[in-house]
Amino acid sequence: MSEKFNKAAETKRWIAGAIVFVILGLVGALSNSYIVSLMTIVLLFTFMGQSWNLMLGIGGQLSIGHALFVGLGAYSVGVLYLKYGISPWIGLLAGMVIAGSVGAVLAWLSFRFEVHGIYFALLTIAAAEFARIMFSGWEFVGAMQGLFFPAPTGEVDISMLRGGARFYYFVALALAAIGIAGTELISRSYLGYVWRAMRDDDEAARALGVRTFRHKILVISISAASAAAGGGILALVQGAIFPDSIMGMGISVDVLIGPVVGGLGTAFGPLVGSLAAIPLNHLMGALGDSLGIPGLNNIAYGVILISVVWFLPDGIWPAVVRGYAAIKGSLFARPLKLRKAEE
Amino acid sequence: MLSRRRAYVCRNAAGASQSPSERVSIEISIFTCFIQGSLMLSLWLNVVASGILMGLVYGLVALGLTIIFGVMRVVNFAHGEMVVFGVYIGYWSVRMWEVPIIAAAALAAAVMFVFGYFLEKLIVKRFVNSPHHYQFIVFIGLSLLFSGILLVAFGPDPRPTASQLSFRTVSIGILTLDLARLQAAGVAGLLIVMLGAYLKYSSFGRSLRAAANNRLGGLIVGLIIPRIYAITFGIGAACAGVAGALISPLFDAQPYLAMDFTLLAFVTVIVGGLGSFGGALLGGLTIGVAEAVAALMFSPSMKTALPYALLIIILIFRPRGFFGVREV
Repeated sequence: MSEKFNKAAETKRWIAGAIVFVILGLVGALSNSYIVSLMTIVLLFTFMGQSWNLMLGIGGQLSIGHALFVGLGAYSVGVLYLKYGISPWIGLLAGMVIAGSVGAVLAWLSFRFEVHGIYFALLTIAAAEFARIMFSGWEFVGAMQGLFFPAPTGEVDISMLRGGARFYYFVALALAAIGIAGTELISRSYLGYVWRAMRDDDEAARALGVRTFRHKILVISISAASAAAGGGILALVQGAIFPDSIMGMGISVDVLIGPVVGGLGTAFGPLVGSLAAIPLNHLMGALGDSLGIPGLNNIAYGVILISVVWFLPDGIWPAVVRGYAAIKGSLFARPLKLRKAEE
Repeated sequence: MLSRRRAYVCRNAAGASQSPSERVSIEISIFTCFIQGSLMLSLWLNVVASGILMGLVYGLVALGLTIIFGVMRVVNFAHGEMVVFGVYIGYWSVRMWEVPIIAAAALAAAVMFVFGYFLEKLIVKRFVNSPHHYQFIVFIGLSLLFSGILLVAFGPDPRPTASQLSFRTVSIGILTLDLARLQAAGVAGLLIVMLGAYLKYSSFGRSLRAAANNRLGGLIVGLIIPRIYAITFGIGAACAGVAGALISPLFDAQPYLAMDFTLLAFVTVIVGGLGSFGGALLGGLTIGVAEAVAALMFSPSMKTALPYALLIIILIFRPRGFFGVREV
């Protein structure tokens, strides 16, 4: 980072972020149930996208198997709650520990043997697919029939994390806020600098005394643990867990589309990207259903992904920031110091 | 193995017994043991043989992926969709014109070559020099786009392609093999050999390998890299398309097959080593046989899990596969 932090600008950013979340809170309180349930998914994928973003955008490790961690979180919550009656809070914690350790083991194995770049990405897909097939054959967790949560009674029970759609909306909102604030704090901390150094040039970082091996394991296990937390809440929101829908490639793609569209390595990118992509996907899916043409949502996702990488490789959010700065710069005719989270 | 152990147990039982009536019954049981043993043996041989046949087709699919990766250093995440395009080409041409499957495969090769060539010219070439994760994301986008197009065009329902060919079998000794599978494997094997010879001896093959080895050096000596890249992508897509057309009598045509084929091709290619010609073939055979044996020994669901388990083990112990290239 070449430029100095501007304390006032930082405060402004935090205030702007808080205002966005207050608006999102009002949306949740005032809008109808369809928008609430759609926005719950958007916010959950914002959070999970943020975890993916931490791994690629800041840590420099590409994962296409995040569904593995999402699914582990979902199954931990589901199995502990449905089989033993244990509170989903404990389940979330257990899921984070399990996914974090699985992520750490995966990272340890692959970086130990110098598997990186494309090979690491393929290893993550293989691990996720392997887990999906294993879970679909495992009777104890419901195999292909899946696990079902009892229908929500509408009573809010915070100790058991149960409640209606609006309750889960605010849970997801809190998670998204934690994700964004957490990314912002991490990317500003010692770890953030170390990880970005590692992302940009592994050898140079090692020459400066960074133990990149440990830091890769750390970033991957943090990312995995937070994806698992999102997965646990996703399972509660959906009310059912099926191996194909919670561990399939579809989830991995949904997780990565937010940060890619919104802006890799930025704190707000995943929110902007999820807000843009997921409602469009649902809209096209609904349109396809009503016209009897399946597959429109896939086409929409495909076109979005290709055109974002083609025309806005940084993502939407950095482009918006640049545009805003250009307008402001021309209005006040003074150079504005811009801070991009990734540089 | 199993059959030999069973014969041994039988022989022991025969030696230990005394009374004639028991002996008769034991002789009968030896006879059934023998029959069972040879049945087991022929079952195993048949399974391994059909695994090898399938493995040749997997090898052809993987070859397409590995040629594209070896030359252009991009991982074609939409490879499975190209295989499914081939399956539909095979399905429609057999249904509409009742041509033999080999003619359908030739058609698929031509169509998919043109498709791959123009896909590279229009889209892929813009991303050949971007960072890996951008390429991956573009190809995930292409894969979603193609699977969406397949769904729009053909609908989600599987189309049974059972022609007469699907049920015909050939017996060679104790082996009983599907004619469709034998044909597919024969054509696939022939194509692999021809492609290998073409890449090794023809002048275009030499320039392609030069471009794969050293892009800058190739540019210096005057290779037209964009043209080579487009043709490479075309060849890769054609390999996938031919393989798809060849297996169209064996699989119901269905858009959702695509993801399985993509992942299978990845597994095959990584087991053999990304970017290696022989590796793709060896990987294909390994995966084909492993899949067939796993289906016999464990449950069919294990059949789909086994390649991934194999992949994880191989990535851990031999990260670049059997014959992988070093720099990525």
